[in-house]
Amino acid sequence: MTQAVQTLSEEPIPLGQTEQSALSKDPAPTVTPGLLRRALHPDLLRSLGLGLLSLAAGVLFWHWASATNLNVFVNFENVPGPGKVFASFLGHLETEIFYTHIRVSMQRILISYSIAAALGIGLGLIMGRSRIVRAFVMPYIEVIRPIPAVAWIPLAILMWPTEEASIIYITFLGALFPIVLNTLHGVEQTPEVLVRAAQSLGASRLAIFAHVVLPAAMPSISAGLAIGMGVSWFSLLAGEIISGQYGIGYFTWNAYSLINYQDIVVGMLVIGFLGTASTAAIKLLTKPLLKWQKRTR
Amino acid sequence: MLDVLKYQRPGAPRNSSGKGAIQISEASITFGRGVSAYHAVQSTSLRILPGEFVCILGPSGCGKSTLLNAIAGYVKPTTGAVSVDGVAVEKPGPDRGMVFQQYSLLPWKTVYENVSFGPRMAGASRTEAGSIANTFLGMVGLKKFGSRYPAELSGGMQQRVGIARALANYPSVLLMDEPFGALDAQTRLMMQESLLEIWAKFGTTVVFVTHDVDEAVFLADRVLIMSAAPGRIIEDLRIDLPRPRTTDSAALSEYIAARQHCLATIRSESRKAFEEQNK
Ligand SMILES: Nc1ncnc2c1ncn2[C@@H]1O[C@H](COP(=O)(O)OP(=O)(O)OP(=O)(O)O)[C@@H](O)[C@H]1O
Ligand SMILES: [Mg+2]
Repeated sequence: MTQAVQTLSEEPIPLGQTEQSALSKDPAPTVTPGLLRRALHPDLLRSLGLGLLSLAAGVLFWHWASATNLNVFVNFENVPGPGKVFASFLGHLETEIFYTHIRVSMQRILISYSIAAALGIGLGLIMGRSRIVRAFVMPYIEVIRPIPAVAWIPLAILMWPTEEASIIYITFLGALFPIVLNTLHGVEQTPEVLVRAAQSLGASRLAIFAHVVLPAAMPSISAGLAIGMGVSWFSLLAGEIISGQYGIGYFTWNAYSLINYQDIVVGMLVIGFLGTASTAAIKLLTKPLLKWQKRTR
Repeated sequence: MLDVLKYQRPGAPRNSSGKGAIQISEASITFGRGVSAYHAVQSTSLRILPGEFVCILGPSGCGKSTLLNAIAGYVKPTTGAVSVDGVAVEKPGPDRGMVFQQYSLLPWKTVYENVSFGPRMAGASRTEAGSIANTFLGMVGLKKFGSRYPAELSGGMQQRVGIARALANYPSVLLMDEPFGALDAQTRLMMQESLLEIWAKFGTTVVFVTHDVDEAVFLADRVLIMSAAPGRIIEDLRIDLPRPRTTDSAALSEYIAARQHCLATIRSESRKAFEEQNK
């Protein structure tokens, strides 16, 4: 997991670029409403189809490997097959507690992610425009960022008054760094000529921040927000070791200590799905802010 | 047009009042210190009269942009002084409109928002700023493109918006740094003619940087030729071609003579530089 944290937050990935190229394939405007046209676009349909096909193949392989007890270096003997996992999943859907686990986890994500986003963007913007603040804050980021979420658990329990606060702290920390660093990166990418242009048009420092620096950093910020959402989910999983009762992470850890293999996989897949869905939601939410990019060829 | 007349930004009256005098006294600009110090501009003195169209002509890297940036307020002279209308230049301001060589429209604002940005910053209301934007967009022939984003326009169109944006603040000085450098020859000629038309209407002082001799001679009242680094003004040439100038002006004997003179000056200067290097 440590490694995953590292690779995910290491390099700020400009999100906008990839979307740009995908969108540029749009055909010339027709009378068909935009949304429908995009949904029915052959390129999109094809990549969607390929994605589904690939997933189906993966499930099929999983089924085959666990059914034949495949044991070639990687051992599938004790891995529950997709059928068992799915049955267990359906079983859980009947119970109320399963939804409580999911709801509690989503609440934690919502709280810690919101704090991380507000603080991360604010800090990143200030660091990007002030060398002093940057020099002051950067050492902390460098030192704290590589620490994996699990390593924080003992200290978090000691430091925070409640379990809940500890979990939120750990999750918050995971989301914070990619957001700060991407925001900072975005601010640094602001073309100097645009700042100069705004200056000669009479813009104040504050106006330059609002009309030039923030929008210029927006593609990078939204990439940071998307990455931060993903990281917050697996930090949550680590944090929920602490939780004695609820949370999808707790559910998974609990299945682990009960040696309930199906449930472990159910937990993993639910986390994977929730992480993907919430990242997609973030991308969707930031999209209107980047609408000017869409038109860039 | 009526709306434009109604709107008067405080402290920046229309040029008819004779604003836009530029004075540069013994200005030198050095980048870096010690051994790595680079003298970009060397003891340059210069007076530009209100309403003059001045071209600064010189080879790449000779310090044209640096000199222009000193008037704009982006660069402070290491020694000497720059003032506009008797006021020392401290920082960039809306009294000195700037048109850049690279595209410098804000990509996240529409054309209309880009042009109304300056008036908005000067405190104009949304409707006031909007009517100013429309007037100037009309002047550069882009009224219909107001709702587009800059990336949806051609290079020439973007530069026209850049000019409209700079003019929307009614600057007493318009500073242009190779604004047509990236355009094809055809578009360039068209842009030069329409710039002259706009200038005739406003009478703003224009300082126009270029390395194209034809462009300089065609546009300017005065051509200032700069030497290769360290940049100095080695020639101050008056161009007395009749106005309005059109593409036909290039056939006039005065035009040809001025062009020859510039080319000869540049040639002898670069030969000097070449011999200097080979010493
Ligand atoms: N901020 C800076 N720091 C250090 N050197 C600089 C800086 N700005 C410009 N220079 C140097 O000063 C010299 C003059 O640059 P300037 O941009 O004024 O040239 P120019 O005449 O505008 O050239 P071009 O026609 O290529 O635009 C160049 O050698 C450049 O490398
Ligand atoms: Mg230049």
